[in-house]
Amino acid sequence: MPEGEFRTEAGLVVERCYGPEHSGPDAFARIGEPGEFPFTRGNHPGGYRDRLWTFRQYSGFGTPEWSNERYKLLLEQGGTGLSVAADLPTQIGYDSDDPDVEEEVGRVGVALDSLADAEILFRGIPLDRISTSWTVNGTAAIMLAFYVAVGAKQGVPRAKLRGTIQNDILKEYVARGTWIWPPSPSIRLIADTIEFCAEEVPRYNAVSVAGAHFRDAGANAAQEMAFTLQDAVTYCDEIVGRGRMTIDQFAPQVSFFFYTHNDFFEEVAKYRAGRRRWAHIVRERYGAEKPSSSMFRFGVVCGGWTLQARQPHNNIVRVAYQAMAAVLGGVQSMFTAAWDEPFALPTEASTTLALRTQQILAHETGVTRTVDPLGGSYFVEALTDEMEEKVVGIMADLEARGGMVRCIEDGYVQRLIADESAAVQRRIDSGERVVVGVNRYETDEPVPALEPPVMDDAARKLQLDRLAEVRRTRNTRAALDALAGLRAAALGDANLMPPLVRCVEEYCTVGEITSELKDVWGEYQQPTVF
Amino acid sequence: MTELPVRVLVAKPGLDGHDRGAKLVARALRDAGFEVIYTGIRQKPEVIASIALQEDVDLVGLSILSGAHLGLTRKTVEALRAAGAGDVKVVVGGTVPQSDVQALLDMGACAVFPTGTPIESLVAEVRRITGAGAPSTN
Repeated sequence: MPEGEFRTEAGLVVERCYGPEHSGPDAFARIGEPGEFPFTRGNHPGGYRDRLWTFRQYSGFGTPEWSNERYKLLLEQGGTGLSVAADLPTQIGYDSDDPDVEEEVGRVGVALDSLADAEILFRGIPLDRISTSWTVNGTAAIMLAFYVAVGAKQGVPRAKLRGTIQNDILKEYVARGTWIWPPSPSIRLIADTIEFCAEEVPRYNAVSVAGAHFRDAGANAAQEMAFTLQDAVTYCDEIVGRGRMTIDQFAPQVSFFFYTHNDFFEEVAKYRAGRRRWAHIVRERYGAEKPSSSMFRFGVVCGGWTLQARQPHNNIVRVAYQAMAAVLGGVQSMFTAAWDEPFALPTEASTTLALRTQQILAHETGVTRTVDPLGGSYFVEALTDEMEEKVVGIMADLEARGGMVRCIEDGYVQRLIADESAAVQRRIDSGERVVVGVNRYETDEPVPALEPPVMDDAARKLQLDRLAEVRRTRNTRAALDALAGLRAAALGDANLMPPLVRCVEEYCTVGEITSELKDVWGEYQQPTVF
Repeated sequence: MTELPVRVLVAKPGLDGHDRGAKLVARALRDAGFEVIYTGIRQKPEVIASIALQEDVDLVGLSILSGAHLGLTRKTVEALRAAGAGDVKVVVGGTVPQSDVQALLDMGACAVFPTGTPIESLVAEVRRITGAGAPSTN
């Protein structure tokens, strides 16, 4: 960086001071009013006056019983939505009794093998009043089927179910890695869930196109937004291309998810720019007519890679600033990570503190009193414009290279992220980028003594016993018939959701359903780029 | 005297897909003069052992952020022995609580690098374990 030049983390040049000369002649038209196209200033005219964002803490561990307790705790403490963390076998399509995954059962999330587990997970939680988000991708369609089936058992009609399945497989091939099948059938399954929700579960977000994992893998803010919007375009192209639905029938059920990192104004600008860009894409590329189709609704997570193991209590401060940036960017739903995340799963105390961080922001700081408080700031508007321009440039590059699937299959996106990640690490190692407690103001501080929840043998046994019980007591004939029906649908082009719902209602397991589809579709082979 | 470069396999056992750290370590070791192979994510311990054998590596670095480090490290060490590659050194990095470090050393790891380990001290330690010389300065 030349002497005297200031840049954001994504490399946008920052001037000494901003004034009207940075706005351009049509500045006001470009921004618009809150609640009006292109939604730069937010989706709703009343902003947080009318409705706060959802406090949605990602949580889940061990058995469905344990996780159900934690969810009730979070709701009692003022959480306003659930966010299910599923263990890796559940996310990748293995049953808890598969010998290849025994180390991973119930480890980073709750183990869900069959509908019997899902019934326990939501016991005593009214699904007509609480919305539920699932950070599940490969097996998202199965989780949606679980939710619909549990709702039916609770007597809640599909039309009243609210929540989100992440269901965004493209970024899993690049980061996070819970892919199962190759891209083409995976995208088909996502399109099927979107169609199904549009027709049957109209208040459920069928996809949450997630840039968060690109970001935490190393992408900068502009790349995060651009890759995410390009993924969303890929899904929308697929559905519109089928010719069974118009954009206005499903776009209101497409949502987004991002990481909020430390660069405060850049994060605010990222969300404002993303909202405006998506509005234009939906209207101009697909001809949307309904205003709600063009609304960019997003959740965020604060924390992740920015959290440090050294001087870990500093993480509380980092997350609080990040949360404020997300709110000034107009977020709809937020997860604030606990300060002890670099070490283990959060304790009850650290989880509650993370939730309190949002509550203080919502109720004590006053940032919710007016809509888009930074709107019209010479600096923030200029940064929003520049961010949008950068996003447009990256998206054009991806399109020119054959689109997102192609760019992922040949490792291009992975390389861009690895390069950015390495560059950031170099700046941290050299001290150019300051990380408090890590490369400046270091101290010798002992690692905190924590007592994170552990998946013990008794919990594992409970899970395995229940799975065995399900296999023993279900109607085997009906379960096999349901799996055969799923296979037949997968070989054709009918929507897969109805046969999937039938499978889970017959207590077919996540592993059985996934294997059936692997037989038809095969498995993804990853390129390894570093 | 020309020495053969030391060969390192960076591996991701289990189902955890977070490999930002693994890739950074792979790059840092390559930049430090090692020959580095990266397995990609979601590899079975037996597969890691067979790659280690085929590629004739001196050291395997396991990266595990899912909390499954105890079982996966034990299985990988056993798989290496079973494959006749018991002399290959093993190190472990990732989300490892301090209380698990000794257990990992006891099961055969030569070093453990929990989240937050400075990359230069990791490189120095790998150099010490493998007996690799300092990189040439020309």
